[in-house]
Amino acid sequence: MPSPADLRYSRDHEWVKLNGHEATIGITDYAQHALGDVVYVEVNAVGKPVVQFEVFGVVESVKAASDLFAPISGKVTAVNEALADNPEWVNAAPYGEGWMIKVSAANLAELDKLMSAADYDAYLTTL
Amino acid sequence: MGDELKRTVLHGAHLALGAKMVPFSGWEMPVQYGGVIAEHKAVRERAGLFDVSHMGRYAVRGPGAAAFLQSVFTNDVAALKIGQAHYGFLCNERGGVVDDVIIFRRGADAYWAIVNAGNRDKDWQWLDAHRRGPSTGSGRGAVTLRDDSADWSLIALQGPQALAILSQFTSLDFDTIPYYHCADTTVAGHEAFVARTGYTGEDGVEIAVRSEAIADLWTRLVEAGAVPCGLGARDTLRLEAAMALYGHELNDDTNPLEANLKRFIKMEKGEFVGRAALTQSLADGLKRKLVGLAMVDRGIARAGYALQAGGAPAGEVTSGAPAISLNQNIALAYVPVAYSPPGTPLDVLIRDRPARAQVVKTPFYSRKRRET
Repeated sequence: MPSPADLRYSRDHEWVKLNGHEATIGITDYAQHALGDVVYVEVNAVGKPVVQFEVFGVVESVKAASDLFAPISGKVTAVNEALADNPEWVNAAPYGEGWMIKVSAANLAELDKLMSAADYDAYLTTL
Repeated sequence: MGDELKRTVLHGAHLALGAKMVPFSGWEMPVQYGGVIAEHKAVRERAGLFDVSHMGRYAVRGPGAAAFLQSVFTNDVAALKIGQAHYGFLCNERGGVVDDVIIFRRGADAYWAIVNAGNRDKDWQWLDAHRRGPSTGSGRGAVTLRDDSADWSLIALQGPQALAILSQFTSLDFDTIPYYHCADTTVAGHEAFVARTGYTGEDGVEIAVRSEAIADLWTRLVEAGAVPCGLGARDTLRLEAAMALYGHELNDDTNPLEANLKRFIKMEKGEFVGRAALTQSLADGLKRKLVGLAMVDRGIARAGYALQAGGAPAGEVTSGAPAISLNQNIALAYVPVAYSPPGTPLDVLIRDRPARAQVVKTPFYSRKRRET
């Protein structure tokens, strides 16, 4: 399955979807497969800053805790609170109900450091 | 990456089932097929099937076998009847755990030791060195050691439906092999060793057949409804049952008395390697104790996380995960004896932030025993 074309991707397997300056962030289908059953998501609270390629939270599977890296910098404007009771949405719908945070993007030029869907899919074949 | 990972005979079967393979103690093993949660529940509610051929199977035989094992194993080998098994430890002179193993008595002078994958070479050298040691000259009979691990493969069929599934393939009467007993029999037409043992907290068996027959038996059991399960579920299941995992709760420096495993250490049976040190540790007073923790706050305690009591250091987590059958996050941890009573509040440092937990009784999970 090709990755959704309207998103940008990081080498750490996070995606970002831009709507004006509002950026929605989650992890890719590849990432949720690699993690296995997700049981807990903890992210920076609303109002906190996130910095591109730096840790903004943690996702825990049954087996292990893994850091989440922000694909873009900005201030957190929303957190997907529903994941507290439904962490399995990250597995079931990584590009949909499994989104993690929204941020107001500080610098859209950062998008140039991310991959298109085609480039990300090509990158996955090298792993 | 260094040494190539070893593969069990069932490697191809795992790939055919879509398993995700990971390195484990030098072996390439399935960590999951469909998902850890689904596999865990399958074992609790129905039956799961595990490839545990990476573990070692060592035959100890000869007129001196019982006396030899008695001298290197903490449980009482002399008390084993033919067809019975004991869990226990090979200890070093310091009382540390070389390995935790199960010894099965298969004949008058014939035993099988099933040892951890990561300790196969160490255990072999340990057993061989002590077999050749000074006690050989003091009237004990001959002992031979033989590695049966390549010739015999091992699988575990676990869960409330395990025996019903296996009954389709064997005439073995399970009433004759209660928990921690074993028998040589025939399963699906194959020469087989069946033991009422496991590592999940459920009823079930471990089955060894000759390696050329294992793929056939595996396939038949899966077709009969046993759900293939990987190391991920094996770990969450054993943790709920509060069973120790070597490398986490036990290692060469841990005292098994501190791990609450005293019932597998028979001080009164006579001399064995490590006995003097263990006796001394009791006289000195144990310093710490392995306890169960249940998280009060959100978050999952993982191996290596530090514990605090009122801001002061209070031990370390050895294993932690969500308890899938209990809807709770649990852990095992070594804590100072003063903090070991159930109900004691402790903080787990999760990513440098204290999260509240409480000492609880173990096992976390006990299967419902059938009323008879």
